[in-house]
Amino acid sequence: MNSEQGIALEYELKGGDFEIAGEASSKIKRVLQQIGVRSDVIRRIAISSYEAEMNVIIHAWSGVLKARVFPDRTEIIVEDQGPGIADIDLAMQEGYSTAPDHIREMGFGAGMGLPNMVRCSDEFAINSVAGQGTRINIVIRHS
Amino acid sequence: MTVNDIVKSLPLTVVAGGDGLGAEVTGGYVSDLLSNVMGHAAAGNIWVTMQGHQNIVAVASLAGLAAVIVAGGAVPERETVAKAESEGIVLLTTALPSFAVVGLLYQSGVKGQ
Ligand SMILES: Nc1ncnc2c1ncn2[C@@H]1O[C@H](COP(=O)(O)OP(=O)(O)O)[C@@H](O)[C@H]1O
Ligand SMILES: [Mg+2]
Repeated sequence: MNSEQGIALEYELKGGDFEIAGEASSKIKRVLQQIGVRSDVIRRIAISSYEAEMNVIIHAWSGVLKARVFPDRTEIIVEDQGPGIADIDLAMQEGYSTAPDHIREMGFGAGMGLPNMVRCSDEFAINSVAGQGTRINIVIRHS
Repeated sequence: MTVNDIVKSLPLTVVAGGDGLGAEVTGGYVSDLLSNVMGHAAAGNIWVTMQGHQNIVAVASLAGLAAVIVAGGAVPERETVAKAESEGIVLLTTALPSFAVVGLLYQSGVKGQ
């Protein structure tokens, strides 16, 4: 297999839909298990994918989560249409959250999602345009 | 120590995921903040929380946790129980408050890590 031939997965996300929240990440996890990726690596992919997925559900209006699984790495790309992030440095700080109270009551809004993505990934990039949306690129190597 | 060893010695009720009772417990974590659990619980941990909504199942599954204890008499929602059953997540309940459950877990040899 050519090293750039990967498995491509793609899921639509809807802001505010907490009922199916996490399903895209769960499906990615199952694919990684089927192809035999190491379980500690799967865990890091699952956690960062879940945090990125939840941020679309919590903070944005709609989006798409893509996973590209290559033999040596998995890439997660999450793009949304939403309010965007005006101050990315502030948003990256552990504990910073703009989540409203009714969402905090569910245990979201700890302000640890972006820091968790950074901690679990080998490469992390975030681009955002206030008033338009946010794009997250994550790379996690399999070894 | 397995989840089943803990269920037998503590006042816990199995409400879903009974097939997973044989899983090894590597330690414990307590928090009601989901991203805090994602960031700090270790694989194989038993998680104590008062959240009963269905998103706890995805957290437990994606973080590779051994079981979830919904403490303080909180009642897991019907969707939570159904999802835990289909995802194979052991869901336990207890009337004891989180503090008391964690104390008993510690006494029975489950440490934080
Ligand atoms: N996709 C997004 N769209 C808009 N704002 C976002 C997005 N992701 C993160 N943010 C902003 O960054 C903050 C911190 O995000 P995060 O670390 O995941 O914590 P939390 O989601 O718990 O608030 C959020 O409260 C929000 O203000
Ligand atoms: Mg978040």
